[in-house]
Parts: sequence; structure tokens; C-alpha cells
Amino acid sequence: MSLQEAENAIIEEFSMYEEWLDKYEYLIELGKALKDYPESSKTDDKLIKGCQSRVWLDYRVEDGKIIFNADSDAIITKGIISLLIGLYSGRTAQEILSSDFSVVEKIGLKENLSPTRANGLVSMIAKIREIAYGN
Amino acid sequence: MAIIEEIRSLFPVLSRKVYGKELVYFDNAATSQRPQSVIEMWNRITSESNANIHRAVHRLADEATQAYEAARDTVKDFLNADSRQEIIFTSGTTASVNLVAYSFGERFVCEGDEVVVTEAEHHSNIVPWQLMCKRRGASLKVLPVDDSGYLQIDKLDEILSNRTKIVAVTHISNVLGIINPVREIIEKCHLRGIPVLVDGAQGAVHCKVDVQDLDCDFYVFSGHKLYAATGTGVLYGKKKWLDEMPPYMGGGEMVGTVSFEETTYAPLPMKFEAGTQNFASAATLKPAIEFINLLNDNELINYNNRIRDYLLSELISNSRIHLYGVPRGTNEDKIPLFSFTVEGVHHEDLALILDKMGIAVRSGQMCAEPLMTRFGVTGMLRVSLAPYNTMEEAEYFVKCLDKAIEMLS
Repeated sequence: MSLQEAENAIIEEFSMYEEWLDKYEYLIELGKALKDYPESSKTDDKLIKGCQSRVWLDYRVEDGKIIFNADSDAIITKGIISLLIGLYSGRTAQEILSSDFSVVEKIGLKENLSPTRANGLVSMIAKIREIAYGN
Repeated sequence: MAIIEEIRSLFPVLSRKVYGKELVYFDNAATSQRPQSVIEMWNRITSESNANIHRAVHRLADEATQAYEAARDTVKDFLNADSRQEIIFTSGTTASVNLVAYSFGERFVCEGDEVVVTEAEHHSNIVPWQLMCKRRGASLKVLPVDDSGYLQIDKLDEILSNRTKIVAVTHISNVLGIINPVREIIEKCHLRGIPVLVDGAQGAVHCKVDVQDLDCDFYVFSGHKLYAATGTGVLYGKKKWLDEMPPYMGGGEMVGTVSFEETTYAPLPMKFEAGTQNFASAATLKPAIEFINLLNDNELINYNNRIRDYLLSELISNSRIHLYGVPRGTNEDKIPLFSFTVEGVHHEDLALILDKMGIAVRSGQMCAEPLMTRFGVTGMLRVSLAPYNTMEEAEYFVKCLDKAIEMLS
């Protein structure tokens, strides 16, 4: 699935939930599904700044594709980073940079999160883009 | 109950909905809502009497000045201060503490001196003293709290020394919600000639304060937690200190005469009110305090206490919840403010889900990082009630909290 197709699929998935609580349920499930981030990688250099809760983002490059891994101490934040990773992990830097990341606005994440959390979201996207630029 | 309905009807915001749900506003310790009388006062000054106070002789300036000074009289009576000269208007508690830390420090604190605060302080009653200590070469000492959130008063004597120049203590911590024995602290400090500043940001809202009876040297609070407009604050100071302290800021109407060689200052309270004041907002302190006087109703007080006791017992009896600031013996030491953590659940997740259920609560460090460190947590969830909150809201909150915990577990 191309990145754009994947983004559209997420937008469609989110549009099925009318209630925000149901969207949160979905994010919580995504958060719970994100596993295997090693404790030893929870270091300050992998911590994303601008989030009220702590978020760690790590990556490695395999066959020209960037593989992301992340964790957070808050489950909804973890669900958000999980959603982003689901979209952008395993893609080339070029693919990632071709996205305008408008998916987070289209699913209403940006406007429905508290400003501090929205800042965290912005920081997460900025970090993913920064990693893509560097590779 | 008739009186609660009557009181709620005075607050336009309480009838609004969020995400299609009735608003349950439980973040009163951060900002309380405003009654119609406060909104009307602000509107009236802004739409009819907008002019710079204390300066011009025209009608509008006179009306604005009258409203501003009437608020000062109301605050003076509210605190039972000895004179209106002892009531300084500021932009809030933080500004009041900064004013005292700066001006008192300039006049009375020298290298090697000490300032005492408590572990339960809001950052606003820590950082201004730290800045002053740095400037003056003084050091900061800290009175700890125990595991229940009570100040360890028995340690006060060993913390005070003959170098202690001032003690700054919160009347009620914005995290723990326990009424501190400020009278006892003031008595102990005064025996050694040490003045005391009481941070009344929460205390002025929940306790009857009589500054002469309490004998505190300074008492500070904010208007926005006390049903008044935001950007308003009060500094009460005993005249003997305020007279000795140099001005904090210069300019505007705080002067006597000005020349390039020498400037004399206006008498109190104007000496500490440099620049154009936030008069439209300050004027709202009068209707806000008049509203508080309306709350002095036994039926309402009993009702509010029942809600407090209900929430306290619900939170304490839940084995997954850890409550910080647990009253000993009687509940009379506790205001309806509850900070807690839930085992295995992040406070921010809870706040986000409760928000979508229509409930406004606070999550995070609550501007009290040293206290978070003391209890070994990165943050807490806080619910803080006002007299306009109902038992139905409290019951709905308990139900929603259970549901949120279930969702997140």
C-alpha cells in the first residue's frame, strides 16, 4: 500500500467513529499494540520534546527504509505515535518527506487534543521528518 | 435544593455543553467561573467608564477610579485589614509574591541571611524567593511535609535561625488541599521577630481570613480563583513593612515629585501601583466578594461538605487510587480539592478521557514540581470543586472515573 493509500485508510477508519470516546478507544488499542521498545533505549536523546507525557522515538535503516520504534508512559500518546509509526515506518525517506502530514488534521487529532498534547503531536511529526531528512 | 440552583443560575458558563455533554467544571483551583455580577461590572467599566484612573478630572475617569477604589474598600473589609493603605492591587498571587520578594529583599535581606518556604509551595511561592536569594546572597530553607501532606511543624524550630529574614508559607496547598496551621507558624516566627507571608491563592477562597486576627505580615491572593476577573491580585501587607520597603516598579502614579536628581514616592498604596492598573478587572473584586458573602449559608455549607466527604470516601476506598493530602481525623482540615494518581494509568490519559465526558479536571505537575518529587510521581490528576458544584456532578464524576480507568487498563 502506498503511503497515500495508507493515510486514506486511516482517515476512513477514524470517520467510522462518531464519538470521541470511541476514537480514544481505538487509539488506546493502537497504544497497547505497540510493544517491544527496549527499556535501554529510553534515553534522553530519544525523548521527544514538547510533550506533557514522555515519548521516546528510535529508528534504524534497513535496505534504504526507515524502521521506527517508539514508546510512551501515557497510553493515548502511545496510540498516537503508534498510528504515526504505522503510517511512516518501513518507508523510504523520500516517501516520508512527500507526505504533508495533513492526515492528523483530517482525523481531527490536532483540534481535539489539548494544546500541550497537540504540541506533542507537532513535535512527534517534526521528529519523524527530521529523521527522514537525515537519511 | 433551592440555594444551589439559585447560585448556579448566577454563572452563565455552567449551563453550557462540551462535546454535547453537560459541562462539569472541576478545575476551580486553577480558575473559578465568574458570576453575572462580575461580568456586568467588567462590561460596565469597559463600555461606559473606560478612562485612566487617578489622573484626569473628567467624569469617566472619576467613575473608573471610584469603581477601582471601591474594590479596594471591599477587599479591606474582606480581609479585615487595618487600613486601605495596606491593600495593594497586583496582577495576581505570583505578582504579589514577586513584589514582596523583591522589595522586602532589597531592604531587609543581606548576604548569609535565610528565607524559609515549605515543600508544599506552588512554584510562584518558591521561584521569586530563589531569585531574591541569588540576588542578595541568601539561602533558601525548606520545611518538609509528611506522607499525609501535613507540614512537619515540629521541624520549624530547627529550620528557623537567627539569620531567617522571612517565612513564606501557603495557607492551603493547591495540590494537597489541607488547611495549614498558619496561625501556629506565625506565632512561632513572631516569637523570634520573623515576618510571615501567607500565600492565600486557595486560602482566601476557602477560609474566612482576618489578617489582624491571624497577625500575618503579608497575605496574597488572586482574583481569578475567587470569582473575579483574571489579571487581578491582592497584596495585603502590614503598613510598617510596606512603608519600609522600596518601590518594586517605577513610573505612572506611584510618584510624589520627580526630577532628574531626586524622586519622592506616592503614599501607600499607590507607591506599589506603578503604571496604568487593570482597573476594569480590579473593580470586579467587589461583586466577586459580595458573591462570596452570599455563600455564607448553613444549608449550602452543609451540602458542600457532604460532597467533599462523599468524594473523599470514594477516592480513599478505591484500592487503585492513591490520594495525596489525606485529612487526619476530622475532614474539616480538607477543602474540596483532591489530587491523586491511579495505579498503572497515566494522569494525562485520564484527564483527556474525562474531558470528552464533559468533565474539566487538571493533570500534570500543578506548578509544584518539588512536591511531585517528594511523592515520587511525574504528575497527578486533580479535581477541585466550588460551591456551585453539585452532588449529581460528583456522582457522575465517580462513575466516569471508573469507566475511564477501565478503558485505560
